[in-house]
Amino acid sequence: MSVREFDVAILRDVVEELCGELACELPNDIYNGIAQALDREDGPMARQVLNDLLINCDIAAKERVPMCQDTGMIVVFLDVGFDVRFLGDPYEAIDEGVRRGYKRHVLRMSVVRDPLRRINTHDNTPAMVTTRLVPGDRVTITLLCKGFGSENMSRLAMLLPADGEEGVRKFVIDTVSKAGPNACPPFVVGVGIGGTFDQVALAAKRALSRPLTEPNGDPFYARMEQSLLAEINELGIGPQGFGGRATALGVAIEVLPTHIAGLPVAVNINCHMARHIKEVL
Amino acid sequence: MSDKIETVRLQAPFSERVARELKSGQRVLLSGVIYSLRDAGHKRLVELLKRGEEPPFPIENAVLYYVGPSPAKAGRALGSAGPTTSSRMDPYTSCLIRNGLRGMIGKGYRSDEVINAMKKHGAVYFAAIGGAGALLSQAIKEAKVIAWDDLGTEALRRLMVEDMPVTVAIDTKGVDLYKEGPDMWLKRHHD
Ligand code: SF4
Repeated sequence: MSVREFDVAILRDVVEELCGELACELPNDIYNGIAQALDREDGPMARQVLNDLLINCDIAAKERVPMCQDTGMIVVFLDVGFDVRFLGDPYEAIDEGVRRGYKRHVLRMSVVRDPLRRINTHDNTPAMVTTRLVPGDRVTITLLCKGFGSENMSRLAMLLPADGEEGVRKFVIDTVSKAGPNACPPFVVGVGIGGTFDQVALAAKRALSRPLTEPNGDPFYARMEQSLLAEINELGIGPQGFGGRATALGVAIEVLPTHIAGLPVAVNINCHMARHIKEVL
Repeated sequence: MSDKIETVRLQAPFSERVARELKSGQRVLLSGVIYSLRDAGHKRLVELLKRGEEPPFPIENAVLYYVGPSPAKAGRALGSAGPTTSSRMDPYTSCLIRNGLRGMIGKGYRSDEVINAMKKHGAVYFAAIGGAGALLSQAIKEAKVIAWDDLGTEALRRLMVEDMPVTVAIDTKGVDLYKEGPDMWLKRHHD
């Protein structure tokens, strides 16, 4: 197998471009999800909110302004083929792309260098990057632009094996109920189950990068996604928490093998600004 | 709260009497002068009031918008400008209400302490649609930093707004749309 040389400038330029696209254009799956939620809603208040959200997206796309002022923190999943050899530092290239993208597209700089001393980096770097090595000679980059109104309402629990599916469901429903209006419903709910303390949170985050139109590949979990969504949409929270059916647009579950003694579960709440994008390079 | 949305037009700043007429669930098109302030600015404002100093804007009857806008493109007052989560402002808010603050615009729950101060002094809490920053920005005609420029997006700004769409989330009687709205939906669908 030959080695593919990969100039990191490609990565930089793609990230620069995608930062603007993420901020100003809602992915189709989410936009359509909101439109479908509007069809199902019967209350005037809920309908007004969902309709305003669609108008907001239209204005943002047309005028090229961010849909939401919280243009988030950039989360990156980087899947690198075994046969790829980077020419240059891919992490620095991603950060340089973020730096250029946030400046060029006039986005809000929302990142602080240090969690306690809180000095803004003024260029929205660094991105939070998770790398995986995969077969082949491709580089797949998935970007999420993650707002923190919803990130702040996310939770993790180390359940016991005896808690089982019921325990997981209860934790998910509970987390969504507590998130309420603070996290800008309707939500996309990312659920990680299994793995270890660290990996379960990543699985929940990775779930948020899967389009609403793609259920989990395992029919067991695909059914669980559907039934959780139905249960969430009986909570009554509704768009913006004013009351309604559309508390969530979708639930995505990612699972991992785990230890005989444990059942980790993580729920990563995303708002309706579920900004995700994937490019294969 | 009825099944139709009642819409009223309102000019800011406004008096306690006007505030006491507003009802949870009403849609309000707000025009006039409001001020943008969020986390760091709240801290400074309350510290300044506690020292007995003059605030940089008249708090009496004023409306605050909890927003940290994205930067403006050429020819615009602000970039995207939707509300941030209000509960982070709760620890500072009853002090401001005691000093005459009349209205707040944000998103999400408020604490019991804030709601009690609202009832007592006649202040009202509006919800703007979280995430609808491009839409809300269109209602903001002028924006000027009037203090704490060093805070960047969190600086204190004077905003001229025209028909800014908001909803009365909690009124001066303490009626809370975030409770009543979901309760009403559940009643309608599960009774
Ligand atoms: S939670 Fe999402 S929609 Fe709401 S303000 Fe934050 S980024 Fe925007």
